[in-house]
Amino acid sequence: MHVEADLPGRVRAGLTAEAGEVLVVIGPNGAGKSSLMRVIAGLEPGRVVVDGRDWSDLAVPERRVGYVFQDQSLFPHLSALDNVAFGPRARGRARRDADRTAREWLERFGIGDLAERRPRELSGGQAQRVAIARALATEPDVLLLDEPFAGLDVSAQMALRIELGRHLRDFPGVALLVTHDAIDALTLADRVLVLDEGRVAQVGPPAEVAAEPRTPHVARLVGLNLVAVAEGEQLIAFPPDAVVVSLHEPEGSTRLRWHGQVASLAPHGDAVRLLVHASPDLLADLTPAAATELGLVPGREVWLSAKATAVSRYAARG
Amino acid sequence: MTGPRLGRAPTVLLVPAAIGVALLVVPLATLVLDTPWRTLPDHLGSEVVREALGITALSSLLTVVGCVVLGTPLAWLLARVDFRGRGVVRALVLVPLVLPPVVAGVALVTALGRSGLVGQHLPFSIPYTLSGVVLAHTFVSLPFYVLAVEGALRTHGTAYDVVAATLGADRWTAFRRVTLPLALPGILAGSALAWARSLGEFGATITFAGNYPGTTQTMPSLIYVALNSDPAVARTLSLLLLVLSVAVLVLLRERWAVAR
Repeated sequence: MHVEADLPGRVRAGLTAEAGEVLVVIGPNGAGKSSLMRVIAGLEPGRVVVDGRDWSDLAVPERRVGYVFQDQSLFPHLSALDNVAFGPRARGRARRDADRTAREWLERFGIGDLAERRPRELSGGQAQRVAIARALATEPDVLLLDEPFAGLDVSAQMALRIELGRHLRDFPGVALLVTHDAIDALTLADRVLVLDEGRVAQVGPPAEVAAEPRTPHVARLVGLNLVAVAEGEQLIAFPPDAVVVSLHEPEGSTRLRWHGQVASLAPHGDAVRLLVHASPDLLADLTPAAATELGLVPGREVWLSAKATAVSRYAARG
Repeated sequence: MTGPRLGRAPTVLLVPAAIGVALLVVPLATLVLDTPWRTLPDHLGSEVVREALGITALSSLLTVVGCVVLGTPLAWLLARVDFRGRGVVRALVLVPLVLPPVVAGVALVTALGRSGLVGQHLPFSIPYTLSGVVLAHTFVSLPFYVLAVEGALRTHGTAYDVVAATLGADRWTAFRRVTLPLALPGILAGSALAWARSLGEFGATITFAGNYPGTTQTMPSLIYVALNSDPAVARTLSLLLLVLSVAVLVLLRERWAVAR
């Protein structure tokens, strides 16, 4: 499936996905992630072409998309079962038939016993399961999940993430999932699509995107330093623990060195993580002992250099 | 009382407030106190009263039905469809709220009277009939209903309509299965308001539909004529309307208290 979406000033993206594929969409706030989803679903006006067919003038109900909203948006006056049966019934299925389908979906999500409950009687995780089941019950060609784990507590997120992964593997259509969380991308994605300023900055398998990020946002998500070199033609990425911190300009011929002020220090596992305002901002991990010995405090001028062996270098564009 | 101690409430505010309360309460209290309780059953049982009661009950009920049938789609249109001139339509719909009822009656006569602009072309006559009563009542009650329902529709916003659309529901399905059930508290409140307004309607009714016992004589119209001929009957009927009005108020307060 090939999708082109265009909402002037907000997002302009093309993506290709195989049937059954899960694309996780990441990017900073304002990158156009939600806009992309909303344009595809028809919730915002914009040009959408799916497999060469122009959807732009199709009303929302005529598009074969399922949408899972950030706040579960379950109909408060309907039971969990009626919420899930709503889609099949709206698409013309008989009531008994729709109810049976809905019950099957609730069973698949392990919440068949909650069928008669109203949304306010469900926990956040249960409600989001109902919402996902409701979107899947309409058998959409495209499933759009807009930060489906937002607002859930960590353990509920964890459980739902694992479960969602299982359902997405069975889902025959294309799934697009917007997230802020690198772990969603790494665990759920067949491929990751990175949006930046409304454009597709990078597409690839999660491991590849994590190892060779092309945007500062993704680098930060996966905890890598990212520096543009060779007039912006190339990027180098290296982990914070491959950075050497010193108070004086390092000797030797290495060109991978930067000068700047310590912006903050924070514990990071067993280490101390330093944020240094260089150009660009860089992270460095060092032992607490080393941090004390160097007398590091915010505002201190330091030199950073990267161990050449830990640096990966790649083209800035795919 | 809790909260910071800011000192005594100033007399200059307390005195007018007390006078205001007295102004509102004293007439109603005397109405209750002065009710001829002993003759009350006889008064309520007389034929002219029973007829007026029946007409008021029927016309107010039909008015509520008219408001629900016409007002619900109108409120939906105002709350959900972005069309040119929406502000103008809303303003026009609200005019009867502030219009003197007698002017409403004159306007209805002008339009639907036997020689009225529209009325002269109709194969049937509306003025001085029960349908005239209902029409006049609906004219003055509809704005109350529309305001309440539009408010209810706006509270929930369009979020659930959007969800329904993504699940494949066209707007009629979404209206039936999502919008309407969620607006039910507003529909009930609007119905109660419209009913109360219809119950007390006098000016527009007597102007447009007249005051014929057994056909168009409602409770307020009967009270008006009885006050000259038999003040005790007028007071008895007034008490009855007072009780009904207060009942509506209590009903609505509970409704709103739950909603908050």
